[in-house]
Amino acid sequence: MGDALKAQEVGTLRPDGNVGTRTKRYGGLERASGAQKYAADLDFPEALQVAIVTIPVGCADILGVDTSEAEAMPGVVGVLTAADLPSPMPRFGVSHKDRPVMADGRVNFYGEPVAAVAALTQEQADAAARAVTVDYRELPGVYTLDAALAPDAHLVQDPSDPTKRAGDPLRETNVIEEQTIAWGDLTEQEAKAALVVEDSYSYPMMTQFPIEPLAVIAEPTDAGGLTVYTPVQHPYLMQRIVAGLIGKTLTQVHVIAPDPGGGFGGKQIPKYEPLMAFLALKLDRTVRLTLNLAETTTAIRRAGAKVHARTGFSAEGDILFHHVVIDYQIGAYADVAPRVMTKGSYVGGGPYRLPACRIEARAVLTNTPVSTAMRGYGAPQISWATESQITDGARRLGLDPARVRLRNLVDNGEEFVQGEFAGKADGEWKEAVVKAMELAGWDDPLPPNRGRGIAVGIKSSATSGLSQSLVRLLYDGSAIVYAGTSDMGQGARTIWAQTVADELGVPVGKVQVISGDTDLVPFDLQTSASRSTVFMGTAVLRACRDVRRQVREMYAERVGADPGDIDDEPGALLTPEGAVTLDEAARIGLGALRGEVLGQGTCRLEGRKGHPLGGDASFYEFNCTISEVELDRGTGQYVITRHVSVSDVGTELNPIQVVAQEEGGAIMGLGQADMEQLVFDEHGRLLNASAIDYRVPTYKDVPLELLTGSVENHDGPGPYGSKGMSEGPILCTGAALGAAVTAAAGVKVTDLPLTAERIWRATRAAAEGAIA
Amino acid sequence: MSVGTESLVTVTATINGEPRTFTVPGHRTLLDALRSELGLTGTKSSCTEGECGACTVMLDGHAVNSCLVLAAEVDGHEVLTVEGVSVDGGTDLQQAFLEHGAVQCGFCIPGQVMSAEYLLSRNPDPSVQEIRDAMSGNLCRCASYNRIVEAVRQTATKRVSTRG
Ligand code: FES
Ligand code: FES
Repeated sequence: MGDALKAQEVGTLRPDGNVGTRTKRYGGLERASGAQKYAADLDFPEALQVAIVTIPVGCADILGVDTSEAEAMPGVVGVLTAADLPSPMPRFGVSHKDRPVMADGRVNFYGEPVAAVAALTQEQADAAARAVTVDYRELPGVYTLDAALAPDAHLVQDPSDPTKRAGDPLRETNVIEEQTIAWGDLTEQEAKAALVVEDSYSYPMMTQFPIEPLAVIAEPTDAGGLTVYTPVQHPYLMQRIVAGLIGKTLTQVHVIAPDPGGGFGGKQIPKYEPLMAFLALKLDRTVRLTLNLAETTTAIRRAGAKVHARTGFSAEGDILFHHVVIDYQIGAYADVAPRVMTKGSYVGGGPYRLPACRIEARAVLTNTPVSTAMRGYGAPQISWATESQITDGARRLGLDPARVRLRNLVDNGEEFVQGEFAGKADGEWKEAVVKAMELAGWDDPLPPNRGRGIAVGIKSSATSGLSQSLVRLLYDGSAIVYAGTSDMGQGARTIWAQTVADELGVPVGKVQVISGDTDLVPFDLQTSASRSTVFMGTAVLRACRDVRRQVREMYAERVGADPGDIDDEPGALLTPEGAVTLDEAARIGLGALRGEVLGQGTCRLEGRKGHPLGGDASFYEFNCTISEVELDRGTGQYVITRHVSVSDVGTELNPIQVVAQEEGGAIMGLGQADMEQLVFDEHGRLLNASAIDYRVPTYKDVPLELLTGSVENHDGPGPYGSKGMSEGPILCTGAALGAAVTAAAGVKVTDLPLTAERIWRATRAAAEGAIA
Repeated sequence: MSVGTESLVTVTATINGEPRTFTVPGHRTLLDALRSELGLTGTKSSCTEGECGACTVMLDGHAVNSCLVLAAEVDGHEVLTVEGVSVDGGTDLQQAFLEHGAVQCGFCIPGQVMSAEYLLSRNPDPSVQEIRDAMSGNLCRCASYNRIVEAVRQTATKRVSTRG
């Protein structure tokens, strides 16, 4: 944990406070009544509607784009093609600035924009987009990991292009980044092993599937800049990238980020916003792009992976070594995917005490839509393999898989990644396993055809960060908090309201939370990695304490007291004459002119040079999941009879929000384990973008019994000892469900999703093998 | 279909209890008409193909996906949207959603509220399984499913006891 976070006063829960209670969601009523304005609900009567022109293949050279017919169509106001953009083509990205604003002479993935049409109505824009003729020559694109890694593979990014990957030793390959984490001597440990488990696993590409589709409105301002409305998780990153692309200052690019209707990582990095910025500037008109769910599915996804693993065990169940080779399929441009690979693979050994470990990971470019962050980042992919290996080892040794995990799990403070950039446990993780076992009735016998499986998951949170907050205590005792975290469903606004209420003694209903506007709200690096409770939460806490400090000084000056004789506590000043409520003290301090008290707080964590993650994790998310299934051996179909998810959350700041996130993550994890996958054809076309074809869990897919729990030791670096917790329940769901299926079916499935067909085939193959 | 010469239809319908008249192209969905012609943006647009339930409204007392209904079809009929079922401070059902933590990102919630109200109008005391079956057309990617089921159960129990 970084010193910046360690050193601070995190405070303790007030017994009569709001923090720690089931405070109702801030903005919840507006959402339930339809009053909440999401991006698509904003009214721009003058806006032009936009349609994107694409071609029906994943890889092609563009030979010509003819827009003449489209431009002559009714209602069409303008068309944007690559020819309208500066040369060389402006590109953007986070670690790699490789993504062009629109296809740059070559389409590198299915759905990459070739042109954009703006018209008075959406119908007109759609019709005109169909009338744009794109002449192209299809190329032998690489759509799978195997194709991308073949010796003579088509290179997704042209190595001769000086703007991309200059000086990169891997530039003649489709590997954009690689990382090896290793310690100990694998050979020496293998010599001691009673059992070596070796297997290959696959984790398909999936999509975030937020129910709110992507939407962007770009509006030119009188000052020559732009206001961009987009439901993003990182408004300040959006502002920086758009300003850089169009050559404006940050003050000229105003990003308004209405609360996203779900993000799950898919709304972090710009997608269509740069294109929309150039279109708005070209036409000097407000332009609006509203996608539907299928178009959104085509635009955002999670990296798939292929994994090969070898794991050695002693006869007693000690894990002696673990060797993993993992390739992440990241798509045509980098986005944040190289980091998905580095962060995912860093924890690839699991939270175990391993004498020897080697994780070799690569981020591989393919001609598929660009993968980005998704809940769990790169951890679920590798944990699917690592945890399945542990289960398999325990099974073959005749040991209890839960107890094998307890035997090997690190204790608090102990290293699970060894070496210069060690990773250490920062919680009592075994408690989560024990609690999950209790909730699941782990040792209770099961009827026939039922099986139970257990897995544990770990993920490093943010390794650097900066969050700034302002808190205004107004004269009448109400308060406004400015916090740049995007509230996309995790309930950030509620947590800030609860915190301010407790720290300043203001009723929670009198706290207003302002977010999502780069002109009004101070800087926040990003809403990702379950960081906000810890980073922004700390900034808000510090801003509140800054308010209290100022009230104390003002009050002391007014009443002629020595500030040193006055102490403050949440909601009050403690004077030699007794306690004075903070709002009363503020009124006395402010005096006849009234006014307000303005506090500011910052939470900054610097990275660490050379660290594979860019710095030490501010905290880890730890989860234990147990799944129980009832299997129909004849068909391979199964019902999830019970599912248990327990996370180490430090402190529950809002127990009902914790339950909602824990259940939500668990169900999303189960969807990814038992039904979700994106399917592409041999031309790189996405075949199942629609909600009919890409299945996500419905009410009917929820486990018959879904139980969640928390470990609370108040040992997190965030306010009141909290940790982030929104990703824990998705980290190891696949492996827990896979283990349950194995326990019930007696066969192991190594590819996700765990479909009935796969289980049936594995069962049949095993039966045939037994007969033969 | 030739854009521009598209025939326009004038629709007169009772929307949330008020008579409303609007003119739209013949192919415009009820969803789009509610949102753009009538400014009723509480009804959400997501899949636009009848799969997610975000656009659920009631048409003559029946829950429908408004993305699958043409605006022209509601001429002479009654449409109820989330704005029409809401009251200041929230209904008992909406408050139950909040108490049970059902509202996460909230994007699916207006549709969930409409489906739940429809269910309760047909079956005042549904079991957990009946709720799951009846509402399975409403997707929630935040997966508030169990939270919503609890909220609907609580509302049903309270309504039955006050009526009974
Ligand atoms: S938008 Fe109508 S069902 Fe999805
Ligand atoms: S609350 Fe987010 S989709 Fe349902």
